[in-house]
Amino acid sequence: MAKIRGAVIIDQQRCKGCDLCVVACPTDVLQLQPKEVNDRGYHFAYTANPDACIGCASCAMVCPDACFTVYKITTE
Amino acid sequence: MTSEDIIKNGSVVYSRPRLLNERNTHYCPGCSHGVVHRILAELLDEMGLEDKAIGVAPVGCAVFAYNYIDVDWIEAAHGRAPAVATAANRLNPENVVFTYQGDGDLAAIGTAETIHAANRGENIVMIFINNAIYGMTGGQMAPTTLLGQKTATSPYGRRADINGFPIKMSDILAQLDGTCYVTRQAVHTPAAVRKAKKALRTAFENAIAKRGTSVVEFVSTCNSGWKLSPAKANEWMAANMFEKYPLGDLKSI
Amino acid sequence: MAEEIKLMKGNEAIAHAAIRYGCDGYFGYPITPQSEVLETLEELMPWETTGMVVLQAESEVAAINMVYGGAATGKAVMTSSSSPGVSLKQEGISYIAAAELPALIVNVMRGGPGLGTIQPSQADYFQATKGGGHGDYHLIVLAPATVQEMADFVGLGFDLSFKYRTPAMILADGIVGQMMEKVVLPEPRPRRTAEEIAEQCPWAATGKHGRKERNVMTSLELEPDKMEVNNLRLQETYKRIEENEVRYKEYHVEDAEYLIVAFGSVARICLKAIEDARARGIKIGLLRPITLWPFPSDRLKELSSKIKGILTVELNAGQMIEDVKLAVECKIPVYHFGRMGGIVPNPGEVMNAFNNCFGEASNNSDL
Repeated sequence: MAKIRGAVIIDQQRCKGCDLCVVACPTDVLQLQPKEVNDRGYHFAYTANPDACIGCASCAMVCPDACFTVYKITTE
Repeated sequence: MTSEDIIKNGSVVYSRPRLLNERNTHYCPGCSHGVVHRILAELLDEMGLEDKAIGVAPVGCAVFAYNYIDVDWIEAAHGRAPAVATAANRLNPENVVFTYQGDGDLAAIGTAETIHAANRGENIVMIFINNAIYGMTGGQMAPTTLLGQKTATSPYGRRADINGFPIKMSDILAQLDGTCYVTRQAVHTPAAVRKAKKALRTAFENAIAKRGTSVVEFVSTCNSGWKLSPAKANEWMAANMFEKYPLGDLKSI
Repeated sequence: MAEEIKLMKGNEAIAHAAIRYGCDGYFGYPITPQSEVLETLEELMPWETTGMVVLQAESEVAAINMVYGGAATGKAVMTSSSSPGVSLKQEGISYIAAAELPALIVNVMRGGPGLGTIQPSQADYFQATKGGGHGDYHLIVLAPATVQEMADFVGLGFDLSFKYRTPAMILADGIVGQMMEKVVLPEPRPRRTAEEIAEQCPWAATGKHGRKERNVMTSLELEPDKMEVNNLRLQETYKRIEENEVRYKEYHVEDAEYLIVAFGSVARICLKAIEDARARGIKIGLLRPITLWPFPSDRLKELSSKIKGILTVELNAGQMIEDVKLAVECKIPVYHFGRMGGIVPNPGEVMNAFNNCFGEASNNSDL
């Protein structure tokens, strides 16, 4: 059966850690860094659970800072 | 299959829009402005409007909109964007002119310019960010502030007997013969964003086809002004704002 | 070809001259005593001939911001109004000056303050020449005295405005706006093409059209260092204008012992008074500033070494007199005679005022 897999690249320097992508992700891929911050002091988003990504781009849809590049592949 | 494999072999389903330039925005984390800027930049590119578009920026949080989207811009005085856009469009009918205004700009100080540009049916797109507060100046009451909503200038909550009622500008604009399309959207969920982008596309199609004035209101959050986290602000908006400002098309002809 | 002489009001001449100049757009709002500008344009329907846009705005505020919007796209655009309306336009004029945009604003002055009167006045001299709105800026201010100059200054105002990328104002009084006189209208010329605008106004927000960099018309700059540079650039422009664009006319100045300084229609009344005085042997000259800003200060300073005193005659409580006093650096006495409320003095009143100021000296003249 065909399976859809996805992956995201996050522009972590651009991210303001607003958390909206974390809330929007239907498969709980994303988290905010609990301690680490980027150059501007934000706890940026990262893929805590990358294997769960389905490439739906929900994160990219709600991101106010256009930090996401989203990839998708269909596997057998 | 690892993420690296997917990135290497998969197809790109979303990437940063080309017309959104590299500069980081000055908007607070989670601000709706960022999402609206993003879909606007996507649309201007997808519709081939890079060379034709002239944006008119307001006074308010979006005062620096011109710094972020790579088209020609005119910075207007507070509230005057529709007048500026009127002339820019009438004198350059081959261009596509849009205004980007907040609630203070469009619904308070610029009410006359907004209503009369719409009433003349200027072939422009008005993008209206309604977050029920003055963000740029530090969270004061807006004409669209809800009754009971606390702001810096209504610290005990907006009272109808003192401050009047929240104004439903899109409803007013929909009554005018000059508008061809008035819609109220939001960008708080992925589905809402997709729908909002479609609405914005319709508005630009109307401007190109010279059908009259199109108004796209975005019921938006101002988490800093509302003193909520971005996620909580979205929840508050859905729970409180949508009742007064229901989403959907108010007019489409 | 013989010149075609027409008879019309000053306000009508403005409208005709605008179309003939190749003006791209006029945005106005009715107010007495200048409504004939918009009325004439609507009657002439230039959109059918030259393609000029004419629009009655919802307010003076909207009209000046339409001018701002049009100017930002490199077009030759204008508005006209009268004193209370021009007060409303001040915000927009400041933005136009700050964004370094060309535009023409016509003020056919009526008496103030407040709603005042619809009768003629020159009480907006301070407002026009000292900035008017907020911030450090100037307008190029042209003061017509005849219907012919109303027509001619449209082209001059636009040309100067585009040359220096700064707004110009025609500061007329209600008399020049309302009176009918013969006029030779300027030769019609075509509106500039999109290509010409792209070439002459590479800064304009016309849509990128293949340009790599976008054009942004703004007056906003939050970084103090950059904002000061913006201000210094404006001041540099004003300096160039002061050096190159001072305009005035002199009458009977060669042998004058006294000088009257007056602008607009008042200068014509003064000229009649001077000619009457000369018939009686009193040697008065007249200097009529055509540019109220830049003001002909150098010429007045020069004249101050040759004359005994100056009388300024204005339809206000004494505004231009300040610039005259600054110009002559208190070396000679400078007096003011003015009428307000819409009253226009006759030549006899001007002479009475002159005698009141310089009576002793003028009585000693070789009568």
